[in-house]
Amino acid sequence: MMQTTVRLQSEDFDAAAEQAALTRGRTDIGAAVTFTGICRGAESGEPIAALTLEHYPGMAEAEIERHVEEAKSRWPLMGVTVIHRYGRIEPGQNIMMVATASSHREAAFAAAEFLMDYLKTKAPFWKQVESKSGNTWVEAKGADDAAAARWDKPPGSEAAE
Amino acid sequence: MKLLYFAWVRERVGKAEEELAPPADVKTVADLMRWLGGRGEEYAHAFEQAKSIRAAIDKRHVRPDTVITGAREIAFFPPMTGG
Repeated sequence: MMQTTVRLQSEDFDAAAEQAALTRGRTDIGAAVTFTGICRGAESGEPIAALTLEHYPGMAEAEIERHVEEAKSRWPLMGVTVIHRYGRIEPGQNIMMVATASSHREAAFAAAEFLMDYLKTKAPFWKQVESKSGNTWVEAKGADDAAAARWDKPPGSEAAE
Repeated sequence: MKLLYFAWVRERVGKAEEELAPPADVKTVADLMRWLGGRGEEYAHAFEQAKSIRAAIDKRHVRPDTVITGAREIAFFPPMTGG
């Protein structure tokens, strides 16, 4: 049985409760991986007041769902949860989470990393930093593109390198 | 067609969305960015770094050489920074 949850919301969430919901009542799942992205209190050494996340409604959901489908086709997953917030988020609060469940850890770890790398570079969200010096848009990082590009190869080919 | 702008593209254009009917010689996403860039100072500022602007047609990522024929909704935005 495959359980998929994709949610976009402005309010915070409880990552531990979300992971518990993914595995509750299941005895076939042997591994659950949860990644939670949290708002830092400083960017490049400068304290920040908040992050504001803008998103493209409709496309953001569709893009996440497409990548969840892709992850399910690559690994034997038993559950996936992706939650991404939008709006104003203060330091210490959650920004987003990815949880994956499988019978063994390899698939759960790999699928969680795959989803994170793709969400960073393909899901239509934009972060703006609010600080004393004003509001500035976060610039995309080349390292994130490189991290996403490694999944463009067919599954299994990573081990050959 | 409906045009949508996000993040700093939206701020520079000064609006989040609008309905526009580009002329027939505007065939691709890159053509559309050039045409928009000629619509006034705000647009010129928004589209001056066309290489760093991404586009989506009907909520799917597309490349600059994608033909826009039949598009209902085209969005322009900076590289994404979610996650």
